[in-house]
Amino acid sequence: MRFLFKTDYDDDIRLFPHSGYVFSYGVLLALLVTAPFVLSSYLMSQLVFVCIYATVGVALLVLTGFTGQASLGHAAFLAIGAYTAAYLQQFGVPFEIYFIVAGLLAGIVGAIVGFPALRLQGIYLVIATISFAFIVEEILARWESVTRGNEGMRVKTLQLFGATVPRDSPAFYFLCLAVLILTIVGTLNLLRSPTGRAFVAIRDSETAARSLGINVSLYKVKSFAISAGITGLAGCLFAHKLSFISPEMFTLQLSIEFIIVILIGGTFSLHGAVLGAIFIVMIDPFLTYLKDDVPGIIGSLAAAFGAGSARAGHIQDSVAAVASANGLKGAIYGIIIVLFVLFEPLGLYGRWLKIKLFFQLFPLYKRATFKRQKLYVKSERNR
Amino acid sequence: MSYFRAENLSLHFGGLKAVDAVSFAVEKGEILSIIGPNGAGKSSIFNLISRIYHPTTGKIFFEDQDITEVPAHGIARLGIARTFQNIELFENATVLSNLLVGRHRHSATRLWQEVLFLPSVRRAEKEHRHRVEQVIEFLDLEPFRDKLISGLPYGVRKVIELARALCAEPRLILLDEPSSGLNVEETDDMSFWIRDMKSELGITVVMVEHDMSLVNRVSDRVIALNYGRVLAMGTPAEVQRHPDVIAAYLGA
Repeated sequence: MRFLFKTDYDDDIRLFPHSGYVFSYGVLLALLVTAPFVLSSYLMSQLVFVCIYATVGVALLVLTGFTGQASLGHAAFLAIGAYTAAYLQQFGVPFEIYFIVAGLLAGIVGAIVGFPALRLQGIYLVIATISFAFIVEEILARWESVTRGNEGMRVKTLQLFGATVPRDSPAFYFLCLAVLILTIVGTLNLLRSPTGRAFVAIRDSETAARSLGINVSLYKVKSFAISAGITGLAGCLFAHKLSFISPEMFTLQLSIEFIIVILIGGTFSLHGAVLGAIFIVMIDPFLTYLKDDVPGIIGSLAAAFGAGSARAGHIQDSVAAVASANGLKGAIYGIIIVLFVLFEPLGLYGRWLKIKLFFQLFPLYKRATFKRQKLYVKSERNR
Repeated sequence: MSYFRAENLSLHFGGLKAVDAVSFAVEKGEILSIIGPNGAGKSSIFNLISRIYHPTTGKIFFEDQDITEVPAHGIARLGIARTFQNIELFENATVLSNLLVGRHRHSATRLWQEVLFLPSVRRAEKEHRHRVEQVIEFLDLEPFRDKLISGLPYGVRKVIELARALCAEPRLILLDEPSSGLNVEETDDMSFWIRDMKSELGITVVMVEHDMSLVNRVSDRVIALNYGRVLAMGTPAEVQRHPDVIAAYLGA
């Protein structure tokens, strides 16, 4: 186990507390940079989606994880970013500009949504953000002169600094990776500054935050704007990756996927956004595997255990029927959320920390270290 | 003119008069205790001063400025800090970040500077940290810097809340039952700190307290309340001898 001997206030400020972090993140970065030259094009495409989802995850963590304001409307901010990109692109606006505009516009809309949110808490805020997402979806479908309605919009190939960047090229992957890394670094900077601490203060006790001079309304709006703005940037990349966007891509289902990203990843650290994004994006290949290969495997297993060929064929067919049932994805999402909330509320990152501690303390680790404690009664009177 | 003044302060919830035409003044550098039975309106007065409630009638003045219309988050900027009866700490954050939130009223960095974490932000952060360390030393909180609040015992939390208020470098501090839930030694420590806050840091203290021995040890003056009205005002000994106060407590 490593003991940090702190001699300077900088020791508590720097992003990498010790050289071990520099080494492990360096290795991770090296792997990510070599990925396009090693992995198949399908996996590379999935990796781009991981980057985009993780960027949205970071945005959602700022709002939900750190400021404590739940949102089920982030698909709408993504849509605003995507449609801004697609619309401005038609007039020959360069990527460098419409990328920024997509973020700004989504951020402004986020701030506007933030105002009614000042008076809402918990489940009511969730309902308000869902309604907002429905409104945006409806506008996208009806405002045909701008969005072409349900026909959808084609997004031309990305032009960056005069070079063409196809959506399946390594360069596009590097662009998404760079956006993700910059978002994470910017957010980490924010979290170690007064603004980030104010967000956490609002999450844990608005009354105390107010009594210490934090303008709670202002910071909630700021949090909404920042979160929506980052999501808008991700939306711009999302549009380019898909090369075609239509309103039915930005439904409640997508907002729920974003919530799952942070719930499964862990809501208390930015690591959670990345882990959750990997999880949610990799569910698709897993489902394909479930459909294509698992029935055959189970069928041959049944045959190996002495079932007759007719019986084995029957088993194989019924497994295939289950694996390709409609709505299996939704059901799996639901089960996963329930299991995580019940057994691992700290998410994948929390699990990782436990595993790490297990090895650090090796023979002495106790499960009770992470036992959830009863909280002291908190005053609800001053809300 | 007094340093801090409440004039004819009332707070009515429908027919219930939680605070009823209370007037009092606090001189600079004194320790004023507010005592009274449960439900007498002590905490309501604090909530009126920190603008969580809006007074039905009356005005509040601090340093000759009318603060009755200042928004709740503006009170801290004027130099008034407070603690809460039932501890309102940021549970899922470390002690250090709780105390750094206390420095919020002194932070002047802009959002875009913070996102880039410019050298100016780093300098400001170190300055905040330096001030926080002074408070940590003052209240002997060194062992707890990196601990999460949710894992700390009640007595320590109580001190951390006081520390957080001190990090704001207030000129007037409102302590809502600083000794509730503390054992005898911890209450002793608290009484020393309250007196040190006055003598070393020059902070004016207004506190609500039930523990009469603590009130007697630290207070310059005492106000006794019952049913939202002032029963008596004066030195601790005077107030305790006052027949109305004895009647309120003993029910004669």
